[in-house]
Amino acid sequence: MKSKSQSLLLRQIALHAALAPLAVIWLFPLWMMFVFSTMPDNGIFSPDIVLWPSTNFVENFKNLQADTDFIGAMVISVGVALIYTVLSVLLTSMAGWALARYRFVGRSIVIAIILGTITLPFSVVVIPQFIMVAREFKLANTWVALIVPPLFNSLGVLFMRQSFSMMPGELFDAARVEGVKEWQIFLRIALPLARPTMAALAIILFLASWNNYLWPLLINSKPGMMTAPVALGTLIGLTKVSWGGIMAGAVLLTAPILVVFVALQRHFIAGIAAGAIK
Amino acid sequence: MPFRTRSAYAFLAPYLLVFATFWVWPIINSFLISFQNTRINPWKYSFQANWGRLFYDPAFYNALYNTLIILLIQVPVMIALATVMAVMLNSPLLKARPLFRFAFFAPVVVGEVAYAAVFRLMFSLDFGIINKLISAVGLSPVSWFDNANAAMALIILAVTWRWAGYNAIIILAGLQSIPDDVYEAATLDRVNKIQQFFHITLPLLKPIILFCVVLSVIGTMQLFTEPFLITNRGGPGGGTETLGLLLYRQGFTSLNFGYASAIAYTMAALAVAISLLNLWVGRDPK
Repeated sequence: MKSKSQSLLLRQIALHAALAPLAVIWLFPLWMMFVFSTMPDNGIFSPDIVLWPSTNFVENFKNLQADTDFIGAMVISVGVALIYTVLSVLLTSMAGWALARYRFVGRSIVIAIILGTITLPFSVVVIPQFIMVAREFKLANTWVALIVPPLFNSLGVLFMRQSFSMMPGELFDAARVEGVKEWQIFLRIALPLARPTMAALAIILFLASWNNYLWPLLINSKPGMMTAPVALGTLIGLTKVSWGGIMAGAVLLTAPILVVFVALQRHFIAGIAAGAIK
Repeated sequence: MPFRTRSAYAFLAPYLLVFATFWVWPIINSFLISFQNTRINPWKYSFQANWGRLFYDPAFYNALYNTLIILLIQVPVMIALATVMAVMLNSPLLKARPLFRFAFFAPVVVGEVAYAAVFRLMFSLDFGIINKLISAVGLSPVSWFDNANAAMALIILAVTWRWAGYNAIIILAGLQSIPDDVYEAATLDRVNKIQQFFHITLPLLKPIILFCVVLSVIGTMQLFTEPFLITNRGGPGGGTETLGLLLYRQGFTSLNFGYASAIAYTMAALAVAISLLNLWVGRDPK
């Protein structure tokens, strides 16, 4: 028996010896983001190897705010992400409810649309969507342009549909017998029961909106209407720019999400494992 | 389930409205625009202007080549790495599991711009921490942004860092659905762990790994932010220009919507073709 526990111990050591360096490499960019955000620019661009944080974060943030209105952009990002999340959870819940709980003419067509668009590359629609929103609707540089087009989210519908499908049908039938209207059944009975699924979906949708880059870059490029990632992106590649400032911005974009991620890891992982974000 | 067409469409209406307005109509419109010369005013139908140009455009072939190279190297490397991560994270012998999970899964929630900025700074020629570390161990620093091959390697590294954990999460969920008694039986039959991995785990994971491959192919096909921000608009000299970047350039820098639409349709066709190929490779041999 001794040899068996010894071989187990050896396997355990080998496992950690393989995994620990990989984890260090994986954490390194995040750690350096934090370190850079606290270093003055002449420290970042010095020949010394610095792996430990300094004390210049506030100064860096002031430089960032001088380069671009980052606070204003953060306000837009937070506002857009909140409104988008609420609307999107509502829309995908309603659609998921209809698909889970009714038979109707055209049901298989609607399901085919939703399944068929899951793997549709966004690049196919981005040009025509831009022409539509910017040239025909004249909605460039508005909140509507940021919020409405991304509301179409097939995976969200499937996620909600699954949740509604698993509820016992007798519950809703009993309410129907008592004459409760369909929208009341949905709002009063189904939605409260679907709360955990909605929470998981909301987290994922908020994250997607918060990190969204290509669409906001195209549609809202006017200073004062840019989201925070877009505003930060405009600084990357400029010659006269504070890199400590850019890193401070990167930390401000990343840190809140990481805190939420740690606190709600299970929801995130459930959402990702279900394929709900790309 | 009650048969209620009116109620169903009342619930579906807002969703389908967004779909029709911002997806269906634009996709049809884009197809029509791809046959129009959009560099003249008013736009005029011309097959030659876009589709004719596409097949002779060296910029298109350059972007296609770069995209396929990234795809062929990055996707297999990342999926293999993600599988290894998932298997090790799933081991009952692992200590400090939350720490390891955080290390590999955290990049999944980091925004593209934030991570692109960090990678750009880490890999800069003279003062990048990576080159400082390379010099410190006595090797010569790499000019990541001036050498096309190094720049491609950098893009591949960055994308792998960002997405390996995402795939590991999906594969880990798949691993956890394999019942323990399969392994117990194998252990009783004196099948060692490595044989178990190749003869039990991998075959059972095949559908999930293929799902990851399809998702990754579609994602990498559209690669845009990394060459746009990390290697400075596809530099050096188009060395990391991808189809996604070419699309952006034609659509939003040159405002040539017709040509951009033709590129977009080509990308979609390629993504569909590669996905179908994957499904065909992964079909049940019956």
